[in-house]
Amino acid sequence: MKLSLNWLRDFVDVDLPVAELASRLIDATAEVEGWETIGANWDPERIRVAEVVEVAPHPNADRLRLVTVNDGEGRQQVVCGAPNVAVGQKIAFATEGAELVDGHTGERARLKLRPIRGVDSAGMVLSEKELGLSDDHEGILVLAPDAVPGRPLVEQLGDVVFDISTWANRADLLGVMGFGRETAAITGKPLREPSTAHGESARKASEFVEVSIEAPDLCPRYTASVIENVTIGPSPAWMQERLIRAGQRPINNVVDITNYVMLETGQPLHAFDYDFVRGKRIVVRRAEEGERLLTLDDVERVFDSEMLLICDGEGPVAVGGVKGGGNSEVTEKTRTILLEAANFRAGSVRRTSTYLKLRTEASLRFEKGLGAEVPEYAQHRALHLFEQLAGGTPAAGIVDVYPGAKPPRTIAVTSARIEQVLGIAVPAEDVRRILAALGFGVEENTPGQYSVQPPDWRPDVEIADDVIEDIGRIHGYHRLPTTMLRGQLPEPERDPVRDLRERLRDLAVTLGFQETLSYTLTDRARLARMVPDSDSLRSEPLGVVNPVAAQHTFLRTSLRPSVLETYAANRHHEAGALRIFEVGFEYLPVEGDLPHHRPVLCAVLGGLREGRWPQAGTERLDFYDARGVAEAALQRLGIPVNFTAVSEFGLLPGHTAEIRVGKDPVGILGQIHPDNAALFDLTEPVFLVELWVESLARHLPERPAYAAPSRFPEVRQDLALVLDSETPAGRVLELVRSHRSGQVRIGADIFDEYRGPGVPAGKKSLAIAMRFQSSERTLTDADVAKVQSGLVTRLAKEFGATVRGG
Amino acid sequence: MSNVSALEGLREEALAALAAAPDESALEQWRITFFGRQDGRVTALLRAIKDVPASERAAYGASANAVKQELEGALEGRREALKQAALRALSTESALDVTLPGRPQVIGRLHPVTQTMRDCLKAFGDMGFRVAEGPEVEWDRYNFDGVRIPEDHPARDMWDTIWVNTLIDGKRHMLLRTHTSPNQVRVLERTPAPPVRVVVPGKCYRQEATDATHEWMLTQIEGLAVDEGVRMSDLKGVLYEWSRQMFGQDRKIIFHHSYFPFVEPGVEMAIDCFICRGNGKECRTCHGTGWIEILGAGMVHPEIIETAGYDSSKVTGFAFGIGVERVALLRWGIEDIRNFYANDIRFLSQF
Ligand SMILES: [Zn+2]
Repeated sequence: MKLSLNWLRDFVDVDLPVAELASRLIDATAEVEGWETIGANWDPERIRVAEVVEVAPHPNADRLRLVTVNDGEGRQQVVCGAPNVAVGQKIAFATEGAELVDGHTGERARLKLRPIRGVDSAGMVLSEKELGLSDDHEGILVLAPDAVPGRPLVEQLGDVVFDISTWANRADLLGVMGFGRETAAITGKPLREPSTAHGESARKASEFVEVSIEAPDLCPRYTASVIENVTIGPSPAWMQERLIRAGQRPINNVVDITNYVMLETGQPLHAFDYDFVRGKRIVVRRAEEGERLLTLDDVERVFDSEMLLICDGEGPVAVGGVKGGGNSEVTEKTRTILLEAANFRAGSVRRTSTYLKLRTEASLRFEKGLGAEVPEYAQHRALHLFEQLAGGTPAAGIVDVYPGAKPPRTIAVTSARIEQVLGIAVPAEDVRRILAALGFGVEENTPGQYSVQPPDWRPDVEIADDVIEDIGRIHGYHRLPTTMLRGQLPEPERDPVRDLRERLRDLAVTLGFQETLSYTLTDRARLARMVPDSDSLRSEPLGVVNPVAAQHTFLRTSLRPSVLETYAANRHHEAGALRIFEVGFEYLPVEGDLPHHRPVLCAVLGGLREGRWPQAGTERLDFYDARGVAEAALQRLGIPVNFTAVSEFGLLPGHTAEIRVGKDPVGILGQIHPDNAALFDLTEPVFLVELWVESLARHLPERPAYAAPSRFPEVRQDLALVLDSETPAGRVLELVRSHRSGQVRIGADIFDEYRGPGVPAGKKSLAIAMRFQSSERTLTDADVAKVQSGLVTRLAKEFGATVRGG
Repeated sequence: MSNVSALEGLREEALAALAAAPDESALEQWRITFFGRQDGRVTALLRAIKDVPASERAAYGASANAVKQELEGALEGRREALKQAALRALSTESALDVTLPGRPQVIGRLHPVTQTMRDCLKAFGDMGFRVAEGPEVEWDRYNFDGVRIPEDHPARDMWDTIWVNTLIDGKRHMLLRTHTSPNQVRVLERTPAPPVRVVVPGKCYRQEATDATHEWMLTQIEGLAVDEGVRMSDLKGVLYEWSRQMFGQDRKIIFHHSYFPFVEPGVEMAIDCFICRGNGKECRTCHGTGWIEILGAGMVHPEIIETAGYDSSKVTGFAFGIGVERVALLRWGIEDIRNFYANDIRFLSQF
């Protein structure tokens, strides 16, 4: 909301500098986003109030006039082109050298006087635009009639307007008085309340109108007053000025008074033209399903049966707490006003305004919860102003239907609880002073035992801790020391899947991959690039109702499209090898329940391998790089895996392997199928490694299987085998590595695979470097020969292998 | 005397040949020529000692041995000199251009948001906080009702929600969590008795427009400590320590009044601006205020403590919520939050 410092000063003296006031309010009350100083550039010597004493025609121009003003020191003649200048007006008058906004160019410049059409001008009568108040340059600014000629304009009209956002539970802070009270509490100055005094006629308000509430759950209170013989006209300049600064458009004195009182107290009011209230009755009831009303903004609204309507003897005249109807609107002809000030249930107003898509100043206040006592106060304040500014006579008394009346609330607050919550003791005199300044009743019957009555405009205060917050924020959180948690440490939160997920992240980084994070919401077309229709789980992702953009409509069921898209995007500017990964969830739908959040590491690599500097790299990363990544990571985790050729949508057959622990799949790797890669505009070979964290976690050893290095030397020997071309080399290697003979273990690596001359057709040669080692003794040649011959026999039996040249 | 003169002649010849030997293989050739086991010329002279008359034998033997030792010493000297010369050449003629770049080694990096998340979790972990994750796709009753934000409550405006398109009993109850607070409720639900001390990291989602400081997908860390004797000053102490870990030991913090339905009292915490140190009228980071708003926090509302089955007259707690991207933006002076999920390696590889 916009808070005028001048208006605030009606309620409390403020002698703090503006920035200091803002900072104190931020600490204790609400978020001051900034402020605007009105009149910061108005030179008090050169821009002052003056009175128009004579208006005469310009001798040389029809559209100009010679205006004589009294600037408090004497008469001055100026040339003026404004159509609205008139004798008796108080106006803003500038003399040579004043800094103004140029009415035409909008630029700031110092006033330089020169003759206009042959007549000298002693100064200038200013428009709002020239003062920087608005863009209005049609006519001159007319000041309040009581403005004193000669007074610097900055004193007359200068102000500071704060832009404040208040919290969702404080409707009272949507009134200037609320800030008056807060400021009084913060600064220790007394609060001044505005006048609510007014006279009344002999006829009672209840003789004018009868009020009944048929939905007391939605309307705890409805008050109505009647003002006769009002004269509709513009409201006074000072009121219009305040409304404008608060961001409201002045309309007429009646509407302006209702708005003014709302801005002051936070309580919305509504003025009906009494003569259009049919049956002289107000009925507050739920709407009938489908009932309609043309609201003041000329829109026909349709209601459901949970919405509250204000009706007269024949039908709806307003939407309770939201907006008035056009059928009872105050016009220039209005003579008698029916003034409503009511209390509505916050949630109901919010629901209605949400469903109608109609957020109003009134609904914004009601939905935050207003006190049920405030309407009465607001009525008297408004009646005071009606009497003063609209010439009306209030009927006697107020019609007050109050089915929701509650006894005053009392909350017990102890000094022990204050200390328990805040961590510091607050002296009793501070507790009393702070609460009293905020309008609470406080009694301390026993030392440290407070009996607190929250003010009725603070329905947000429900429990002791709410009161303690008010004490704490005004006392100042800067008084709290910084202490450390005490007591026992809690039980650990075990989450092995999370732990493994984070280890995998680190391993991927260790292996040279850059982590990326992409949006978890995607669209079906993108998902379909890597997810087949036949995958019923992943091709039917969960959607959202209100996506931020169409391409973020579905929760991704695969990370592959995201990571490939990231790869492709980076390929535009990255010439060399690319290694990227993402760790995230697949959101797999579960009938009637939250989706399964399945954690996955998805890595993609491709491009030219780093060169042997200073030669450029010409060799591409390939399948075996991808496999090496998987092997290194899994070996580091101590999870023994095997690789089996499989086919998978989106991956190239013959270049794809499932990673398994025993028979349990824990991941997949392979080359992205060129057809699918093309969907990402990728023409190069790209390889995927995906590890499934939950599956892997089941096989993660608690600690690594460890063996002390043998004290005895190892014997190295190479073995060349001839096998059928189709025999998977990995199986052969597995067998060699797993072969045991007594205490002898074999370490083995493949160092060559060969097909061609010297090897029969349909066969291949496999060269294996072997290391024989015993944990008990130094092996002799004979020992090694014995182990090897046993191994060769097994290889022959298992794979039909023969020893090459053997 | 002819034997002795022959000895002298051989010595001179051998020394001359040695001085002329340019490299290790010439030295080896020289050694074979003069000291070869079979027909080395010095070897032959030594062997010839038996042909020398007995009267001269002792003198001849002494001379021959002296020559042998001298020549052996000379060989070692020559070998050492050649080695030194070779090393000199290696560091002069064969000197490298050390300004040329090294061979590229592959090194990966964590995303800056992950790094920041890890650093935060480490800071809280050091203060005894456990890590507890919860689902990103959540029930509305955890996201809102369980943290005291019923339907039709204006505080729902603080979080613009993305709803999941699933109808259950004719209503939508599933949403993308707008904050990590729902996991407060989940942790309390499964913890039969205090103490509770957890941090909840994870992604959250907001239905809002993206700009330099707002993303619709964001990462939060929720903190929750519940026990007898947990005070607001402890909240201040824990957050102070975290601020110093993340933004420097000389950081200052301040609490401002704020409102979140699930805490009472509620505050927002700011740290003093470490960019301008409070003297920057034009500072883009703190907008000249000297303070940077960084997180929301407060004391857990007693109703939530009671719902957990704890006695709120004895048990108190605090909670806080940190936007990880915001912390990352601040610590590295990054100007646009959209960089994080644009995934340009040229950006990511700098952190
Ligand atoms: Zn700064």
